[in-house]
Amino acid sequence: MRAFSYDRASAVADAAGAEARLIAGGTNLLDLMKLEVELPTRLLDINHVGLDQITEVEGGLRLGALLRNADCAADQRVRRDYPLLARAILAGASPQLRNRATTGGNLCQRTRCGYFMRLGTRCNKREPGSGCDAIDGSNREHAIFGVSPACIATYPGDMAVALAALDASVEITGSRGGRSIPLRGFHRLPGDDPSRDNVLEPGEIITSVTLPPPVGGRQVYRKVRDRASFAFALVSVAAIIDIQSGRISRADLAFGGVAHKPWHDPEVEQALLGEVPSPVLFARAADLLVAKAKGQGENDFKIPLLRRSLIAVLAEATGV
Amino acid sequence: MFGTYDVPDQRNLLDQTRQGIIGKPLDRPEAALKVTGTATYAAEYRPENCAEGVLVTATIAQGRVLHLHRDEVLSMPGVLGIFADKRMLRRPAQGTAGQAPVQDVREVEYYGQPVALVVAESFEQASHAAKALRIDYAPEGDVPFDAGKAEYESGQKPVILGDLDEAMASAAHSVDLTYTTEGHASAAMEPHASIAAWQGDVLTLWGSFQMISHNVKELADSLRISPRNVRIISPYVGGGFGSKLGISHDAIAAAIAARELGRPVRVVLTRQQVFDTIMRRSETRQRLRLAADASGRLTGLGHEAWVSNLPGEKFAEPVTQATEFLYGGENRKLAVNVARISRLTSGSVRAPGEAVGMQVLEAAMDELAEKAGLDPIELRKRNLPASQPGKDRPYSSRMLVEALDQGARAFGWDARKPRPCMRREGEWWLGMGVASAARVNMLRPASARVRLEADGSLLVQSDQTDIGTGSYAILGQIAGEMLGVPITRVRVELGDSSLPSGAGSGGSFGASSTGSAVFRACEAIRDRLAHRLGIPVEALELRDGIASGQGRSRPVTELLQGEALEQVGRIKPGKTQMDYAQASYGAFFCEVAVNAFTGETRMRRMLGAFGFGRVLNAKTARSQCLGGMVWGIGAALTEEQSFDLRDGRLLNHDLAQYHVPCHADVPALEVILLEERDAPASPLQAKGVGELAICGAAGAVANAIYNACGVRMRSFPMTPDRLIAQLPDPIARAAD
Ligand SMILES: Cc1cc2nc3c(=O)[nH]c(=O)nc-3n(C[C@H](O)[C@H](O)[C@H](O)COP(=O)(O)OP(=O)(O)OC[C@H]3O[C@@H](n4cnc5c(N)ncnc54)[C@H](O)[C@@H]3O)c2cc1C
Ligand code: SF4
Repeated sequence: MRAFSYDRASAVADAAGAEARLIAGGTNLLDLMKLEVELPTRLLDINHVGLDQITEVEGGLRLGALLRNADCAADQRVRRDYPLLARAILAGASPQLRNRATTGGNLCQRTRCGYFMRLGTRCNKREPGSGCDAIDGSNREHAIFGVSPACIATYPGDMAVALAALDASVEITGSRGGRSIPLRGFHRLPGDDPSRDNVLEPGEIITSVTLPPPVGGRQVYRKVRDRASFAFALVSVAAIIDIQSGRISRADLAFGGVAHKPWHDPEVEQALLGEVPSPVLFARAADLLVAKAKGQGENDFKIPLLRRSLIAVLAEATGV
Repeated sequence: MFGTYDVPDQRNLLDQTRQGIIGKPLDRPEAALKVTGTATYAAEYRPENCAEGVLVTATIAQGRVLHLHRDEVLSMPGVLGIFADKRMLRRPAQGTAGQAPVQDVREVEYYGQPVALVVAESFEQASHAAKALRIDYAPEGDVPFDAGKAEYESGQKPVILGDLDEAMASAAHSVDLTYTTEGHASAAMEPHASIAAWQGDVLTLWGSFQMISHNVKELADSLRISPRNVRIISPYVGGGFGSKLGISHDAIAAAIAARELGRPVRVVLTRQQVFDTIMRRSETRQRLRLAADASGRLTGLGHEAWVSNLPGEKFAEPVTQATEFLYGGENRKLAVNVARISRLTSGSVRAPGEAVGMQVLEAAMDELAEKAGLDPIELRKRNLPASQPGKDRPYSSRMLVEALDQGARAFGWDARKPRPCMRREGEWWLGMGVASAARVNMLRPASARVRLEADGSLLVQSDQTDIGTGSYAILGQIAGEMLGVPITRVRVELGDSSLPSGAGSGGSFGASSTGSAVFRACEAIRDRLAHRLGIPVEALELRDGIASGQGRSRPVTELLQGEALEQVGRIKPGKTQMDYAQASYGAFFCEVAVNAFTGETRMRRMLGAFGFGRVLNAKTARSQCLGGMVWGIGAALTEEQSFDLRDGRLLNHDLAQYHVPCHADVPALEVILLEERDAPASPLQAKGVGELAICGAAGAVANAIYNACGVRMRSFPMTPDRLIAQLPDPIARAAD
């Protein structure tokens, strides 16, 4: 770990515009600093700026950026109205990590690509222009959607996948004021600049995530993984499905472990809306979803796995 | 020779003694220290003025170190020195090597090999400097990284009996199957760590080791000093699983730097370095050929394995070790071939040989049972030979039938469906599987000192290690039982090379070997007590500090007359090791659920029944069995080293990426301990149990997966990607 300076922010204003790396729970940043993958020279601790509560706004909920993942998942309102979110959080990491991890830090967690986390490899995300060792290397965990010749990594988290299905928004403050952007647009595809995971500009801080008013229907978070707990998703599916008069009236879907961001595909949702749920319909929607997928070799299995997982989730959510 | 075990001791003395503590599920005496964090592990000693060392590892796979840019790093804050001494280790020593000759770390043989040590005042300074050290390499060498591209040589003398091809051709039922298993890491919680301190020419090394008397020799050999000048202290070891059998890089590097700097030096491997440089269990490819007559009796047995290691390593994963003695089949071919590749050293990882060999043999037996139309338990029972095939020596004892029968009853095996895909619960297919367990038994040279203090309390001493297994507990129980001392008055000191040499912890031999040395020391003390009481030792009864027999009775303290009695006991393997096929046995039963959509497998329950001679402590023995079964689940479902085939580097080198089973992967486990007395194995009538419960477990899981969903998995671990490649698409069905 390299030496760094450490300061503590006591209000959001201290952090907005600061030329320092923000540290919240530290569960991702510190690991990467020890590996010298992240090399911040200045750390600004934002654990004392407040923003650790859930507040009710416009029929929805505002989750503070410093709210701990564990507290979020345990909140009665979250559990009642947004069970998808509670389940996604609980499907991630371990209780110890969730006690530390925060809303903002979770959104900004970095990829788990093994080359990214290891010095002495070529990685455009860590060292722009150096190349990508994953493309011809070990890429079992990598993306099947939205890859670029520069990077095929995934965004590894669970919480954001649920937030994408819930169509949450992210509130951000910078030196020039605040902005709110849809979560679905918060993470980026790698394109030719994989060093940037999301749209945050230097000096910006996430202050909260807002959940829209609760909607009807069944909410399912399905995470498929190599062991029963404490493993990142091979693929995951977040779904909110409602049925009115025997037909699907809501189909909000997002997918994890398959792209550089929580994957959202409106075409698949359209294919389900207004239809009578049936295995054939599910298969058709799943085929549509994976039609655009492309494997990298070791991760080819994610294509049939995602297809099967979506079918299972739709069956579970509709009771078919 | 003194102490050699040539004639089975049939007296079963431990069944006649009266203290009543042998075999009891007593708590480990050091348990409270461990759970309160007050047991001191290797890296936790605080010698004054200790400097901190961090290893630098190679970023090429093969070649030479041309130049270390020392100056850039020596000027960094706190940096005290950079060491790339010829004596430092490229590869850790294999178990029982007893030597670690000069290896010259400037030659790089595998990716991630240690090439230098950076020492600084603080750990942070040292780690930063270690990362900053620039190294010029001359990459060269053409050892392949992938066994597929390598040449194989024979890894052990093959066993060839009769004509296997002919037996296969004329068999009523046969299977010819090829399996693969991936590499495994020991993944002990405590990383390899050493603190070295010199006083003149004498080196004290606090380390984490399994076999101290060998480690002393290895350390001395590396440093070119006399073993008499080396003291190793290792009272608590946070898991070893084979990875701490031989000396590793940290110890020698710390010793060299400490000598040079004239102050103590601590070197702790990072988690990643433990994974990258210590020991792997080789991946295997295994071909199983089983030929049976119409009744299911084996006529042919072929088990050939292809494993890998670095050039020049003698160790070749002994995959067919249990296949040699477990079942019949007069026509045989058993062979292990080893490919020379450039990856970290392969060596002993808990249950070398059987861990991967048995899981595959037992999966193949399940396929044969199906072909022969037999219950898999019945097939196994029909194939237990009266004596070891090819060697014609009897089995010392074998509780396999009992394990299968009692296990089946306790598990409810009769509820198993005879064919796959007959039990479904929502998305999940349910099924049951069985497998035999077998692991060779070994006795190793050991000694221990027992001292009956004048106040009637007991002190047991040996350099035997306790790697979390219960050595402290069982050695105290043996001594207390033999000499009639309550367990609260027995003290056990271990893990210090200044004490008599125990067998160490490895190959499941620690308990029975060092335990036998304690037993023999106690026997000698019993003789003397009997003499003082004036009765023959056969009549002596010792209990709660009272010696009695033939109508006499006196407190032991009176017999001692204010003086302690001390004795060193010794044992060495002898004729009984040759004359009998010795192994521990058992059976696994499990129930799994396989998700028809995602291919995820979840254990529902698992039971193991094991016979391993006398149970010395029912709690620590059960814990070993539980741990073994968890390892079996790991081998079955989650554990897999993945390598980059371009440079042989290990990719998943931490505990987030290398998946040992977590709590949610492990269902309720049940263990049945079958009491048994095995006199040829040891004077305690005890055998090994530390590794037994892995050996075959993953086979039971594979068989249960088949029984659940009809997919025969022939590559391990059985992860979702591998399962869905064969699992029919459930919607294809629904849409029919
Ligand atoms: C072993 C392990 C297993 C895990 N498994 C999972 C899993 O299965 N699923 C899963 O989803 N996650 C998993 N995680 C990741 C975990 O969820 C993240 O580490 C955690 O959510 C990060 O939150 P934090 O507050 O600790 O972030 P930090 O480590 O403090 O910060 C992470 C990043 O976010 C930035 N940041 C933090 N707060 C803000 C803010 N308010 N505004 C702008 N930037 C900010 C930091 O600068 C830093 O770059 C795992 C982690 C570990 C170590
Ligand atoms: S996939 Fe992305 S993160 Fe991984 S090595 Fe390539 S560029 Fe780096």
